[in-house]
Amino acid sequence: MRPLQGLAFLLLMQSGGEALSHFLKLPVPGPVVGMVLLLLALRWSPVQAAVAPAAGFLLSHLSLLFVPVGVGVMTHLALLSAHGLQLVAVIVVSTWVGMAVTAGVLRLLQPKASEHAELR
Amino acid sequence: MQNFVELWVYLSSAPLFGLTATLAVYVLAQAVSLRAEHAPWANPVMLSVAVLAGVLLATGTAYPTYFAGAQFIHFLLGPAVVALGWPLWQRRAALRARWGRLVLASLAGGTAAAASAVGLGWALGLPGDVLMSLAPKSVTAPVAMGVAAQIGGVPALAAVFAALTGMVGALSARWLFGLMRLPTDAEGMALRGFALGTASHGIGAAHAMQVNADAGAYAGLALGLQVVLAAVLMPLVFRLF
Repeated sequence: MRPLQGLAFLLLMQSGGEALSHFLKLPVPGPVVGMVLLLLALRWSPVQAAVAPAAGFLLSHLSLLFVPVGVGVMTHLALLSAHGLQLVAVIVVSTWVGMAVTAGVLRLLQPKASEHAELR
Repeated sequence: MQNFVELWVYLSSAPLFGLTATLAVYVLAQAVSLRAEHAPWANPVMLSVAVLAGVLLATGTAYPTYFAGAQFIHFLLGPAVVALGWPLWQRRAALRARWGRLVLASLAGGTAAAASAVGLGWALGLPGDVLMSLAPKSVTAPVAMGVAAQIGGVPALAAVFAALTGMVGALSARWLFGLMRLPTDAEGMALRGFALGTASHGIGAAHAMQVNADAGAYAGLALGLQVVLAAVLMPLVFRLF
């Protein structure tokens, strides 16, 4: 029962998020607002107990959920082959730049070893 | 033979086909990935996409026909994004202490990814609507589509670029972070996960989640931050030009 309750609760938070996002005309999509709502609701321990198994299951199979969108790449093979090399170069380089800059900035801002012992 | 063709035509047009094919191919891809000890080339998303797209093209099945079944899996992305709140809640004390740093790194990384994509694409002579579809490629696909529509891109292209970006990140993260000599302790994994989630959103986060729990949690947080920052800032920035 618990995982089912958890899934129902996650959908409830998503619905709340969609409603808020729609009516307040937020630029942020419903599920992300729902994630914030979930963070607020997790203060209550019954919510924690229900959400834990459902969230654990969904997140451990997160990769699967991206497959349908990924297969959509096949619908744009014409454009991909027309600008193929340029697109591959742009996507690969900018992804590496994004990862390297994020990791670099984070490492730069990280306190020294003695300080971050207390954060653990 | 005739009967077999009829059976195939019937089955492949029913939603059951898309759903079954996606699950079955993914389960196999995951088994290959496990056998290969999570080697980058054996990324389950990339393997599944390659096999499924190959099957659809070879059998002449249209993507919407496939999606009629696959949408049931696609739908779960919504509650899964909500569920990303759970690993964050478990690490709330650590997050509270490093909140400022993470937002700064997310802003810097997201800006660098978008600016380098648009800049390099422009230098290589890609058309304007393709450039505007490339800009939000480090944001998770559904949000990238919305942002692209607002700044003059093509939503369907944005989804494709986002998916490719996710796969590139998941494939090359270990190599790139090794090159940068990032540590592999809990702290280093958090850093790696956060960088991967910032540049390669959900597909990166899914990969991080499979490698390490800390990396996964921070990748999920990075994905969420990227969504908020990109959704709010990108339309503003591109309105200036």
